[in-house]
Amino acid sequence: MECVFGLVGDGFVIVASDTSAVNSILVHKTNEDKIMKLDSHKFVAASGESGDRVQFTEYIQKNVALYQFRNGIPLTTAAAANFTRGELATALRKNPYMVNILLAGHDKETGPSLYYIDYIATLHKVDKGAFGYGSFFCLSLMDRHYHSGMSVEEAIELVDKCIKEIQSRLVVAPPNFVIKIVDRDGAREYAWRESVKDTPTAQPEALGV
Amino acid sequence: MSRRYDSRTTIFSPEGRLYQVEYAMEAIGNAGSAIGILSKDGVVLVGEKKVTSKLLQTSTSTEKMYKIDDHLACAVAGIMSDANILINTARIQAQRYTFSYQEPMPVEQLVQSLCDTKQGYTQFGGLRPFGVSFLFAGWDKNYGFQLYMSDPSGNYAGWKAGAIGANNQAAQSMLKQDYKDEITREEAVQLALKVLSKTMDSTSLTSEKLELAEVFLSPSGNVKYQVCSPDALSKLLVKFGLTQPAAETS
Repeated sequence: MECVFGLVGDGFVIVASDTSAVNSILVHKTNEDKIMKLDSHKFVAASGESGDRVQFTEYIQKNVALYQFRNGIPLTTAAAANFTRGELATALRKNPYMVNILLAGHDKETGPSLYYIDYIATLHKVDKGAFGYGSFFCLSLMDRHYHSGMSVEEAIELVDKCIKEIQSRLVVAPPNFVIKIVDRDGAREYAWRESVKDTPTAQPEALGV
Repeated sequence: MSRRYDSRTTIFSPEGRLYQVEYAMEAIGNAGSAIGILSKDGVVLVGEKKVTSKLLQTSTSTEKMYKIDDHLACAVAGIMSDANILINTARIQAQRYTFSYQEPMPVEQLVQSLCDTKQGYTQFGGLRPFGVSFLFAGWDKNYGFQLYMSDPSGNYAGWKAGAIGANNQAAQSMLKQDYKDEITREEAVQLALKVLSKTMDSTSLTSEKLELAEVFLSPSGNVKYQVCSPDALSKLLVKFGLTQPAAETS
């Protein structure tokens, strides 16, 4: 089942997420990227009802882009997090979105930051956070091993510890994970941790097209 | 001829003009003037109080300067009742932005939103435009100190020094002559008071006829809007040699 987690290091934020698209007892695919790039220096890692997740994160992404077009300046991570929270809070009393979000970003003035936003519109600025069944393991591991000012290598080592623990202790552990990083140079993919690969689809030539 | 076109704000005259908008600007030309100057370490606003009847009770310390948010203030020239409406919407916009983003609203965005409202009244049905010009002084983290000037048509632009209201053209050309880049806030106050003293109709310059407000950063790094008290203003006028009758021959 779903596992999304992230932590703030020295000048960067790392977010990791499972990549399974699941319906009931069925796994549809194992390479679904649940970490969306909001703008050049922001990520939203989301878990929850998959339709809601895509709809809501895209809505936020497009609004952040619109803001930048209209005003010529990007939103800060704090402003984007508060905006996201506001949208969730408004939706909560009408047609709530079942999404939990970790919003990671890097700003010139304030440096790296990570925000925890759950589906009932709670907002917290955190150093480390997690959602989903995986959070039971990630949170305790991060409580034990996290310290402020971690280097990228230390942070990745901790992320790998979390993934390993999830895969060895969780009954419904997802096979694959994606790890992304955001620092002053921007938001980018860092690595995948794959234990199964989707079988490659047949090439057009093989089908005789 | 123009009677056919100037009764409606929404219609162009054959020469391509919008008479109502031009009349609104004319109305502002009769109002008490205001001057704004951008300096290295702050923005200065000076205004002329027009009505000084002995009987008039001045309830507030300022009648031309309005604080819109902690980091933003404006000076007004024109019809005050119109201005009150716009200032109210500006304050609402600023608070709404803070509610959404938990951050102060960038200065240009607020100016733009207000000018959108103004523009609307030059285009949509049968209403008259707002007879108000503004000078906005503010600070934000992206562009630092800023000064904007807007008119009834909804146009706005950023300025280093600007004047609105009566004699604004004369004031503007004096500012153009005397403004220097790298001007300090204190020098800006002096320049603003000097220009206003020369463009005002009245012969003697006193603190009752003037208002002075500044936006600057306090030593702790917070933005501050400060209105100069009448006593301090009187002292400034003496210091800059603007109270001697000889000083204000124009």
